[in-house]
Amino acid sequence: MRVEQIAVFLENKSGRLAEITSILAQNDINIRALSVADTADFGILRLIVDKVEKAKAALKQNGFTVGKTTVIAVEVPDRTGGLAGVLKVVEGAGLNVEYMYAFVNKTGEDAVLIFRFDEIDRAIEVLQGSGFTILTGEQICAL
Amino acid sequence: MKTLYWEEEIETLPRVGLESIQLIRLKNLVARVYRTVAPYRRKMEAAGVRPEDIQTLADLRKLPFTVKDDLRDNYPFGLFTVPMEEIVRVHASSGTTGKSTVVGYTQKDIETWANVMARALTCAGAHKGDIVHNAYGYGLFTGGLGAHYGVERLGATVIPVSGGNTKRQITIMKDFGSTVLLSTPSYALNLADAMDAVGVDPHSLSLRVGIFGAEPWSENMREEVERKLNLKAVDIYGLSEVMGPGVAMECLAADRGMHIFEDHFLPEVIDPDTGEVLPPGEKGELVFTTLTKEAFPIIRYRTKDISRLIYGQCSCGRTLVRMEKVTGRTDDMLIIRGVNVFPSQVEHVLMGVEGVEPHYQILVEREGNLDTMTIQVEVSETLFSDEIRVLENLSRKIQVEIKDLLGVTCKVKLVEPKTIQRSEGKAQRVIDKRKI
Repeated sequence: MRVEQIAVFLENKSGRLAEITSILAQNDINIRALSVADTADFGILRLIVDKVEKAKAALKQNGFTVGKTTVIAVEVPDRTGGLAGVLKVVEGAGLNVEYMYAFVNKTGEDAVLIFRFDEIDRAIEVLQGSGFTILTGEQICAL
Repeated sequence: MKTLYWEEEIETLPRVGLESIQLIRLKNLVARVYRTVAPYRRKMEAAGVRPEDIQTLADLRKLPFTVKDDLRDNYPFGLFTVPMEEIVRVHASSGTTGKSTVVGYTQKDIETWANVMARALTCAGAHKGDIVHNAYGYGLFTGGLGAHYGVERLGATVIPVSGGNTKRQITIMKDFGSTVLLSTPSYALNLADAMDAVGVDPHSLSLRVGIFGAEPWSENMREEVERKLNLKAVDIYGLSEVMGPGVAMECLAADRGMHIFEDHFLPEVIDPDTGEVLPPGEKGELVFTTLTKEAFPIIRYRTKDISRLIYGQCSCGRTLVRMEKVTGRTDDMLIIRGVNVFPSQVEHVLMGVEGVEPHYQILVEREGNLDTMTIQVEVSETLFSDEIRVLENLSRKIQVEIKDLLGVTCKVKLVEPKTIQRSEGKAQRVIDKRKI
């Protein structure tokens, strides 16, 4: 039920993102979802890829600081109020969202919400209990 | 211009007279220190030298040097020559590993200090009737109180305004009619800019002379301060281990260098690598021996300041030897906004933060008139988090600890691994982009 995500530390300087994506391409790694969080001085790139360990090793080898964290992926129908419905449940359960981002799958019917919770097990329990579909890493890669 | 002296006889004494005073005082000092301070006695015994070996001023070089570590090893009061009940004041400077160096003064030392400081003020043309705006920091730092007592001894009026609160300082200058400014040169420039911002014309003030020290500054900076504040800028030298401000002072003739009050502070210039005394006029590390201090005399203290000694009478009439403006350091000490900072202190803080790798670099710049220090820290895997908040807290934690230990505000910049250049041999820890 959990998805492994890799995170990369980025200084705010030009060309770094391009460098990362080309390293991944050279290693035949497919990016399924990504988000960049940034401050005035630095950024954090978060990626969900098909080959987590390989991606991590390749980036490390190229001198990047790479971390691995666990997130959960929630599938919701891609229509108005889809995200609001999930967040309402999250809020109701008193779960704390560290960050989130989203993408729409190829068919365009469903959206996938990536959440980082500090209480990941309880989050899975709460969301599943409310009828939401939680995707595994393999399922995301298969989308 | 009429030159005034505070103690004309000693300040214009021919060298031979001065040297005989120095010799008598030196012999007394060495005998007293040998008798009363065990660490000095041990060092002299190890070097095979006894007080009676000091028969001429040249014999000074037989004595071992004193270095900052000797002060630390005997922290806090181990090098004092008198019982604590004779000590009326202590001052301290920040230490490289959290241990500061402490100096003490007897009542007579305080009087000696006030007297040399009064000499220094007179050297800069200050006199009774002046309103002296003392913006050196008051506290453990010797600058504020050292200058303060000198102004009172001179008989002028001292405004103990200390550092900071710049707007208020300008109001005070205007309303009280400050005629003499004492501050670091960078703070003087800061004051000038603040005056500009609040629309106070320096020409409308009564400032006549500025006595600037506690950090290195250039001739360009002198020209800039003089122009912006409409005053004459002169240089003062001192360090707490020797006394505090008032060890040497530039006169208004400002030919070249600062007059060392050498009836109290005996200077030498040595080769920092070999420790050999250099011939007069050669550039090297300044070394001081205090001739009259009671509580905390110091023998051959290595200042790590690079300068040279200029003998020969100055056009102001003083015969006292002059030391050239300090042009550098033999160690890696940085002076940031008047605060002494050693890279090792920064390292000490960083190593105390879990996960910080020993790869860091200190970037010093001057923005406007203020020095800024940015510490670049490589983000290792143990330090890294996918949450912004965690990384920002890390930066803040380093900032707070640097401020706590060093008393200086810095910026922290997290950088990617391997971005800080690895050097072969000694790492380049400091990039100083200030043009001094």
